[in-house]
Amino acid sequence: MKKIYTRPNALKDTHFHYCPGCGHGIINRIIAEVIDELGLRGKAICVAPAGCGMLIYNYLDIDTLESAHGRGAAVATGIKRVLPENLIFSYQGDGDLAAIGTAEGFHAANRGELITVIFVNNGVYGMTGGQMAPTTLKEQITTTTPSGRNPVNAGYPVKVCEVFSVLDGTSYLERVAVSSPANIKKTKKAIIKAFQHQLNRTGFSLVEILSPCPTNWKMSPLEAFKWIDEVMTKQFPLGVIKEVK
Amino acid sequence: MIEIKIDQERCKGCSLCVEFCPKKALFISEKLNMKGYFVAAFDEKKECTGCISCVLVCPDVAIEVYKN
Repeated sequence: MKKIYTRPNALKDTHFHYCPGCGHGIINRIIAEVIDELGLRGKAICVAPAGCGMLIYNYLDIDTLESAHGRGAAVATGIKRVLPENLIFSYQGDGDLAAIGTAEGFHAANRGELITVIFVNNGVYGMTGGQMAPTTLKEQITTTTPSGRNPVNAGYPVKVCEVFSVLDGTSYLERVAVSSPANIKKTKKAIIKAFQHQLNRTGFSLVEILSPCPTNWKMSPLEAFKWIDEVMTKQFPLGVIKEVK
Repeated sequence: MIEIKIDQERCKGCSLCVEFCPKKALFISEKLNMKGYFVAAFDEKKECTGCISCVLVCPDVAIEVYKN
């Protein structure tokens, strides 16, 4: 019997704790596949965030360090400076990177640290019950914006890729989505490219992934996938934001 | 012939594989797993092309695809 697809070796046998239809599981799988394909199993080190994604160390069969909330990029910087030959990536959510960790992420990008940030953007604080995040869309209903996010008093959604693109230290920034088989393939290509930028030592790389949170968006998994394509990508356009050759 | 193996204990019945299968060869079965979800199953009467769309969208990496 020939195998067409089997679980990647870099993924442990553990069952995911994520809700049904959550994008984290898809992204964890993609990272494991990329680590297998690039042969980085003994070389890659992950920095886990606070939030739903924190249990990534239970799933990826590589060295992982848990950081304090938002400090992923700072912790990754430290590891990279001590172990410059290893591939260091932080896995951060939108509350982690775009709110409490703004300073750490922004300045790591500005210094051009040779790390990769996998930025999972689902527009809400998932683990704490769906409160408004900096990346919540205009008019989006959350538990703390029950009548929709009003920019007059709640501000505008933060476009992390566009903000980082003006910094000279960044070398690769792309926004992708896990909302269809085609987009999921693009996500994998983007992560491979970001890792290659780090291995080639060109600069800071970040992949922003628009990811569904059906539980907090109060949608079915399929509706959440469609909502990304129909609504979220209008305010967060997909594509390569910056690439230094 | 393509064989789809679904790990029923991993499946959370989100039905994304069912929706994205171009041949509509997957369905949500009547079987409950230990977590209490109705799990997805492969309809052996339907044709599968091995496009792995179901694998790509599965958030729990519960699907493996083999060719006999």
